Amino acid sequence: MSKVKEALLNPIFNDNPIALQILGICSALAVTGTLYITLIMCVALTTVVTLSNFFVSLIRNHIPTNIRIIVQISIIATLVMLVDEVLQAYDYESSKTLSVFVGLIVTNCIVMGRAEAFAMKNGPIMSAIDGFGNGLGYSVILIVIAVIREFIGAGTFYGIEIMPLTTNGGWYLANNFFLTPASSFFIIGFTIWALRQWKTDQIEEPEFKISKNSLEAEKRTI
Amino acid sequence: MANNNTISKTLIVAISLCLVCSALISFSAVELRDLQEANKTLDKQSKILSAAGLIEDGKDISSLFNSIEIKIVNLKTGLFDASINIEDFDESSFSRNPNTSIELTSDADIALLKRRENFQAIYLHYENESLNAIILPVRGYGLWGTMKGYLALESDLQTIIGLEFFDDKETPGLGGEINNPRWKSIWKGKEVYSDTGDVVISVIKGSVDKSSKKAKYQVDGLSGATITSNGVTNLLSFWLGEMGYGPLIEEMKSKESIDV
Repeated sequence: MSKVKEALLNPIFNDNPIALQILGICSALAVTGTLYITLIMCVALTTVVTLSNFFVSLIRNHIPTNIRIIVQISIIATLVMLVDEVLQAYDYESSKTLSVFVGLIVTNCIVMGRAEAFAMKNGPIMSAIDGFGNGLGYSVILIVIAVIREFIGAGTFYGIEIMPLTTNGGWYLANNFFLTPASSFFIIGFTIWALRQWKTDQIEEPEFKISKNSLEAEKRTI
Repeated sequence: MANNNTISKTLIVAISLCLVCSALISFSAVELRDLQEANKTLDKQSKILSAAGLIEDGKDISSLFNSIEIKIVNLKTGLFDASINIEDFDESSFSRNPNTSIELTSDADIALLKRRENFQAIYLHYENESLNAIILPVRGYGLWGTMKGYLALESDLQTIIGLEFFDDKETPGLGGEINNPRWKSIWKGKEVYSDTGDVVISVIKGSVDKSSKKAKYQVDGLSGATITSNGVTNLLSFWLGEMGYGPLIEEMKSKESIDV
């Protein structure tokens, strides 16, 4: 696999920022209620992480080490504010729903993590590709969660009615739990499990095992 | 690689970064302001229309809004005031300016507004030349901040058509449920004044007992959001009371009876 392809495609399944690195969970919980909002958030985050990686990498040789985090945050915050301004100008309805969460991209660990871990050490183009790849990886998981949540919670797919709701005279009693952010925990959990069943090298070593001796000792006393 | 960690280099990088970033932000804010303002106006218009139940699918908001007449009302006298241009009216600057607002005493200030403007823009919708709906801007303090919205009444100035908030800072999922379509729909048909003319509409705790005589004045509370629910009750009592649109409503009712 060439280096470019690796930087672009690895974060999607092999080294997914949400599923393997468990980063950026909070927005994955918050904005996955409907697919449309999720897609906008994915575009916003991918744009920010791609551009922030690019700009951080561009000036990486001039960033003083003791203020590097501040410099990275300034760049990220500027980009986030730009995205927010554009969203308010061109998609006001979604910007009202998303405004808080778009602002919180600043604190999204994926963006900071890629700037610090990759962009500080690699060239601008490679960094931009890496950022884009990570944005895609984030998007894939978010879209999966959003599709499941919207389908079970509201019986729709991208706003199109699939299962008519009882409240609208149909037969499907919506599961309101899936409209709450808490349901994302379960869906993320199952997604990670599914991914690790497929890519078994992602399964982590258990941190501790129950020691054999204590079990043996218990048996003896019985 | 040159040493980046000298004080001068650190300062140069920090200052130039700040300058570039702030220039970018200011540029985009100025460039996009017109579009953002247009969006806000459109949003406000759509909230006004939807409070009055006038939104029709597939129809352009601004053309629907043409059927709405805006009037400036003097809140003290309850009379329409043509001396103020509608374009010049700005609620927030009017309510802050001591010449165009009054300070509210603490027992009158149930919606926690501190000051109330002397004028307010209200919206009238006519159908076949007779009044169909009157849409009144209302606002009041909830849990985290001011909730701003529109209350639409039928031409009897007693029955609610709808209540729609366009700006609030309530907790999403709890107080934020004031924007829930199902909750908004239960306002339709509720009545605001009792036989004696007091404002009695209120959001109660729990759900309304349908068999009760008071049911037509009561709306189900939002669970987990008592303070928001009380805020909604308070802002309605304030704006429909004598410090709010009370004089206007009295005036309009008396005019109607003369016409008949």
